[in-house]
Amino acid sequence: MAENKKLLRIEDLVLYFNSRQGPVQAVDGVDFDLDYNRAVVVLGESGCGKSSLAKAILRLLPRNAGTYSGHIYLDGRDIMPLNEEEFRQNIRWASISMVPQAAMNALNPVIRVGDQVAEPAIIHLNVDKTEAIGLVKKMFRHVGVPEDFISRYPFELSGGMRQRVAIAMALVTSPILIILDEPTSALDVLTQANIFNVLKRLKKELGISFILITHDIATSSELADDVAVMYAGQIVEVNDAYHFFAKPLHPYSQKLMASVPRLHADMEPDFITGQPPSLINLPKGCRFAARCPSRFEKCVEDPPVVKIEDRKVKCWLYS
Amino acid sequence: MTMQPTNKPIIGKDLVVVKDLVKYFPVRSGLLQRVVAQVQAVDGVSFTIHEGETLGMVGESGCGKTTVGRSMLRLIEPTSGSVIFDGTDVLRLKGKALKSMRRNMQIIFQDPYASLDPRMPIGESVMEGLNVHGIGTHRERVEIMMETLKKVGLEDYHARRYPHEFSGGQRQRIGIARALALRPKFIICDEPVSALDVSIQSQVLNILKDLQREFGLTYLFIAHNLSVVEHISDRVAVMYLGKMVELATREDLYREPLHPYTQALFSAIPVPDPGYKRDRIILKGDVPSPLHPPKGCRFHPRCPVAIDICSVEEPAFKESKKDHWAACWLVK
Repeated sequence: MAENKKLLRIEDLVLYFNSRQGPVQAVDGVDFDLDYNRAVVVLGESGCGKSSLAKAILRLLPRNAGTYSGHIYLDGRDIMPLNEEEFRQNIRWASISMVPQAAMNALNPVIRVGDQVAEPAIIHLNVDKTEAIGLVKKMFRHVGVPEDFISRYPFELSGGMRQRVAIAMALVTSPILIILDEPTSALDVLTQANIFNVLKRLKKELGISFILITHDIATSSELADDVAVMYAGQIVEVNDAYHFFAKPLHPYSQKLMASVPRLHADMEPDFITGQPPSLINLPKGCRFAARCPSRFEKCVEDPPVVKIEDRKVKCWLYS
Repeated sequence: MTMQPTNKPIIGKDLVVVKDLVKYFPVRSGLLQRVVAQVQAVDGVSFTIHEGETLGMVGESGCGKTTVGRSMLRLIEPTSGSVIFDGTDVLRLKGKALKSMRRNMQIIFQDPYASLDPRMPIGESVMEGLNVHGIGTHRERVEIMMETLKKVGLEDYHARRYPHEFSGGQRQRIGIARALALRPKFIICDEPVSALDVSIQSQVLNILKDLQREFGLTYLFIAHNLSVVEHISDRVAVMYLGKMVELATREDLYREPLHPYTQALFSAIPVPDPGYKRDRIILKGDVPSPLHPPKGCRFHPRCPVAIDICSVEEPAFKESKKDHWAACWLVK
């Protein structure tokens, strides 16, 4: 288990959903780990299972969840065998919290934002309302929301401010890990830049780790220490940010990076032909083979995960 | 490699001339639904689009860029101003004349998941405009529809399928086919790729470019992503809170933005490189409400270089050098 102790270590995590056409293999044998005070970016196109990965880590399973297995070690301790009550008390929001997708629209419209942010503190930290409000004020300072916004309603706040409130809500219980699901994709570039500055500061000042789930490659590079690329329910590459953004390993990552329109670029952005496979009818062998420019005979078989120093890539080209 | 000169027909005459376009949305309240305030979504915007060119229009959400596009087609009625298309003022047209004018002006919508009728086979959707305008016989219309689908990279057999059977990129191509079926001269592309995964965005952009070359189309390309706009536009307009603050050729604007707002926008563009260091201009606060826009220059409360006059008098939109317009007191 714990060779040098990691904050989070995920082994063979599987989450399938039941559907009439058969199981939806949203998370299919995911392995990766995360060190203390680091940020890993999980990149992938829509429908690749990246949001399901977040749900699987936090055990926020919808009613149609089917197979759910694997190991999640948090701070060296396997949290999968915990029962629902233990998980709720000790893990969810106590140790790992989350800023869900479109969080700024997920706030309750008829409750003042201060009270909403205080709620997790009251539940998890056994503090009374006054203490909780004190904590909320502290969190608001961290994320850059004026203190007097505590008594405002969500509709009185701009999108960027609401997103900060959602981040404050994830922070208030002092977790060691925050999962951010597309934290800035609905925001304008100026607001995005501000939110990412907040996240960078939080990482430095509070020593928190982040899992950042996004399809926005350019923005994610602001915060990333490590990058995990997800395709059709599997992680196809794990790399440190420095190497990834300079020279990604997997052909999918390469094509994805080449698709990003860059300012003042000499080259036209590339695109990937076809579309990702359905998570119900997955192809045999490499799941990216049908769209891969470098596919060869080997690709009809499931590729191995090849380790190159600290980096990992699931591709026949490297074996 | 250098940027390929786009193989476009020579930029021609002024196709669309927009002058002092204003759109206020009334805010009604109370029992009698009296107008209590005006949302100044677009407040006096003027620009020209030349035949065969792409004018990019950028700005943050709520800056009025979509309202400009929709007012030009009269999908919403502008409050005042004029939109001269090919010599005719679109805002004065009525009935039949308006309908036939609309044949020449089409729009591609932002969200390909919401803009197609889910119960209509996509062939029907593409043909709808042809039916409305009564073009040709049914057989001819089907032929045009099939040909248009091919132009956007779809096949004959796709025509009988329903929108849910297509991916996002394919749906947006159907949206393009729908706009193209009437063979218009001018198409407004309202955030055509912002709902798509980055891996297929440039495929859609390439199709738009190819069609422009083939049919000599003129585009107004509305988007918030400055990198995307750079790839497709000949000239770029920047909007802030209902006003146009800068307008220039792509090369000029991206090399040397003049307006402080444009400069801030550029400095916020994310670059996919963790080693990239730069000085960011962080703007204070949020975009003010268009209900009560600030006096003087609308950008002055957030402007890092504002001077006294900025809060008093509105700067004129003037040409600072050839083809480079800006509305700022600090720009000579």
